[in-house]
Amino acid sequence: MNGPLLKVENLTKHYPLGSGIFKKSIPVIRAVEDVSFSVEAGETLCIVGESGCGKSTVARLLMRLVAPTAGRVLIDGTDIAGLKKDALHSWRRRMQMVFQDPYSSLNPRLTAGQIITEPVENFERLSRKQRHALAADLLRKVGMSPEMMHRLPSELSGGQRQRLGIARALSLNPSVIIADEAVSALDVSVQAQILNLLLDLQQQMGIAFVFISHDLGVVEHIAHRVAVMYLGRIVELAPSEALFAKPVHPYTEALIAAAPVPDPMRVRLEAPVEGEVPSPINPPKGCAFHPRCPLAVERCRIDVPPLVPMADGRVVACHVRAPATDIPGQLAEASGYPPASLARFRSGIGYPKAQILRQVQHPREAGD
Amino acid sequence: MLMRESIEEDVLLDIRDLETHFYGEESVTRALGGISFQVKKGETLGVVGESGCGKSVTALSILRLLPKLSARTVGGEIRFHGRDILELSDREMRKIRGDQIAMIFQEPMTSLNPVYTVGHQIAEAVQIHTKASRSVAMEKAEEMLRLVRIADPERRVNNYPHELSGGMRQRAMIAIALACSPELLIADEPTTALDVTIQAQILRLIVDLKERTGTAVMFITHDLGVVAETCQRVIVMYAGRIVEQANVIDLFARPAHPYTQGLMRSVPDRRRGRQRRLPEIPGIVPNLREPIVGCSFAPRCPFAIDICRDKTPILRDVGSSHAAACWRAEEVMGV
Repeated sequence: MNGPLLKVENLTKHYPLGSGIFKKSIPVIRAVEDVSFSVEAGETLCIVGESGCGKSTVARLLMRLVAPTAGRVLIDGTDIAGLKKDALHSWRRRMQMVFQDPYSSLNPRLTAGQIITEPVENFERLSRKQRHALAADLLRKVGMSPEMMHRLPSELSGGQRQRLGIARALSLNPSVIIADEAVSALDVSVQAQILNLLLDLQQQMGIAFVFISHDLGVVEHIAHRVAVMYLGRIVELAPSEALFAKPVHPYTEALIAAAPVPDPMRVRLEAPVEGEVPSPINPPKGCAFHPRCPLAVERCRIDVPPLVPMADGRVVACHVRAPATDIPGQLAEASGYPPASLARFRSGIGYPKAQILRQVQHPREAGD
Repeated sequence: MLMRESIEEDVLLDIRDLETHFYGEESVTRALGGISFQVKKGETLGVVGESGCGKSVTALSILRLLPKLSARTVGGEIRFHGRDILELSDREMRKIRGDQIAMIFQEPMTSLNPVYTVGHQIAEAVQIHTKASRSVAMEKAEEMLRLVRIADPERRVNNYPHELSGGMRQRAMIAIALACSPELLIADEPTTALDVTIQAQILRLIVDLKERTGTAVMFITHDLGVVAETCQRVIVMYAGRIVEQANVIDLFARPAHPYTQGLMRSVPDRRRGRQRRLPEIPGIVPNLREPIVGCSFAPRCPFAIDICRDKTPILRDVGSSHAAACWRAEEVMGV
């Protein structure tokens, strides 16, 4: 099979604030803005960022739980964003989701066996025997005893419930599992068990994961590649090792520096990044991170920085660290980043950098 | 004798054999099974453990904020400045609470009153414990907001909690807690609900303020990273008991209890390599409604031998200022 398993192109989601029949323009929350990435079979892509950065909205868009404002989500080359209800139903088999809260995401009135076989019964009729065999098989896959199938969620521990959530996602043999903060609500010792389970399943079944998390320790442990989001946009997308060894975007740098490290001998030199995440209703002009950024220059306040491919296969959106002035075409192709996104700044459409820069610098020079 | 007294003088809070039970319809949960520890003046003591280990119950027991109908402290002493606060009247306890011992909680939104401005809520704390007039208390409120580094405090005193971000609300909570210059601040997971960059700011703030005011801090958290960055001494709790107690450097360098060791190993760490299986702690925590024979960690412990299943280990010294409740602590440390 050619091409990536899952491909996301220029995905955008705006939520209107109220309905304005008489108003000409309704204010919108720009939850996700022009997000593109791809996921290969058997790969783990992590999406990190803080609350309100749009990472959960991306998960919901991938599952088509909400419809995108613009952009495409391709699985094996088919755009699911444009599918009608019936066609979408069958594509859902390919992609399943594991949720954060193992308490509210399981129906308290169904037994464990019913919960994990329900997705399959959406598609085909199962005999009692088949259902029993399927439930036992799925429970074994997630490291639980088949006898547990008659238990109710309230009779299980948090870790066991999260295993059920994973078994339910596995029931349809998906090629991609989207895990939205799937280990965040668990204690560390249980978290380790679930992370191990996910790693094992990936090795055995070749499942791709889109793993959404705010915990950089977890992300570093399981990710092949990492996308860092800030206020609806990807600011850096890099192979995991490169990203943690040398973050390029100042926000990635701040995020990694802020994460507490379980080592009392480590001396924290740098002061934590100042300020807070701005509102997505009224995001700052230019680069959304500029009000908190120690490197910000004039241009950051005006232009949205495009994602620029770097030599080590990462893409970074930063005027200072990754200036977009000269992008070798080869590099751009080597990055594997969707050409649509690159073409925008290559052709200059939407980014009249040169002119705006001149406008800003003139009055200053005149003042001197 | 002299020696002994000078050591005792440093002790702010001295807890001995504290036992707290929760009462259900047909069962009793032994949430705290007799714990003893001290908080010294001006130190930061970390209390770590996983859900249900009793760390929050310890805090609520100290402040006597347990739900009256379902929970009771059934044994032990909590000596604050040498006086057992379990014997104080409710009235006397109210004088201590918020004035000498203050607390901040995990959820800043639910612990602030939504119908009053933050300035009002800080001033209220000041007025309850001092004879300050309204205007003096409001000035103090503004000063406190400046102390916790909220930008534009003149304007922010008149804001309601919903007008503040999560990080600012937690700053406001800290301002209320510190308004009366308490000698002990109990912080129960104060940064768990916050984003990492905001968490880093709040941790820095708590450490700075502690150094400036000399307040002792009891820092309750599940996050070993937070402990490593903020605490001087650490207590590790498991199933309602203290299993290890040490200064932070010794604890991380040579954990003496298998549970502490397991906890540290199960945290993903780049120094041990990516994409590998993490060492797990097998099994689940014991049910505290049933009596536990022997060491409560024995069923999950790779070191367990016969004695562990029969006799409960007591907390004993395994080094200078390092104690563990494990029959095989020396072997655990050697590994």
